[in-house]
Amino acid sequence: MDAPADGAPGPGARPRDPGLQPERTRLAWRRTTLSSTVAAVLAVRTVLHDAPTATGTVAGVLCGALWLAFLTLAHRRIRALAAGGTPPALTPRHAAAAVLCTVALAVCAAALVL
Amino acid sequence: MTGFARNLRLWFAPERIRDEGRTPDYRFSLANERTFLAWLRTALALIGGGFAVDQFLPDLRWGWRVGLALALLAAGVLCSLRAVNHWVRCERAMRRGEDLPVSRFPALLGVVVAVVAVAMVVVVLVGWEG
Repeated sequence: MDAPADGAPGPGARPRDPGLQPERTRLAWRRTTLSSTVAAVLAVRTVLHDAPTATGTVAGVLCGALWLAFLTLAHRRIRALAAGGTPPALTPRHAAAAVLCTVALAVCAAALVL
Repeated sequence: MTGFARNLRLWFAPERIRDEGRTPDYRFSLANERTFLAWLRTALALIGGGFAVDQFLPDLRWGWRVGLALALLAAGVLCSLRAVNHWVRCERAMRRGEDLPVSRFPALLGVVVAVVAVAMVVVVLVGWEG
């Protein structure tokens, strides 16, 4: 999944970017995934801690699904960045989808808190 | 806020952003993407904070607890929407060769977080008794 280690340039290898920009961007996606994991874990804790209600359970399941969706989005972007060659720019649709997951998570959180 | 509506259309129409100007150095685009992700993490942290207030301050009165949690969650929503909006604006400015957009949002968010933090201190000190 990660880019091949430097050394003998394999087929399709690009000249190494001295600023390691794709790598840094990949790690930024990983950190963001980690943040969303923390939020999802807190959501699950809220569901399990409070007396289970129908609304709470639905919101909790939704939080899990949103976390998975975010994970998939991040994974696809990480794959694109690690593929080699000049990395394609992030598309607005991809960015909007990631933000949509975050907003929906907040909405679920509001439903759980109330 | 008419600019916001225009940007909103750009979020879901990636081909339209390609029509404008020329493609910047990919490193600039990646830097812009990392900034976007940093804001998204900030938003996720605020949402996590909302959950934390609800879960880890159980002795607070219901109104205060829910109010603070909802304020943090609303800040998270705002922060994430603003993240993608700012990313689109920066991307477009780079394509057109314009100056990057300036924003008062970081200062605003800083003030809001400070106010919420002070409110938390007061509420924890006072609400514990009540």
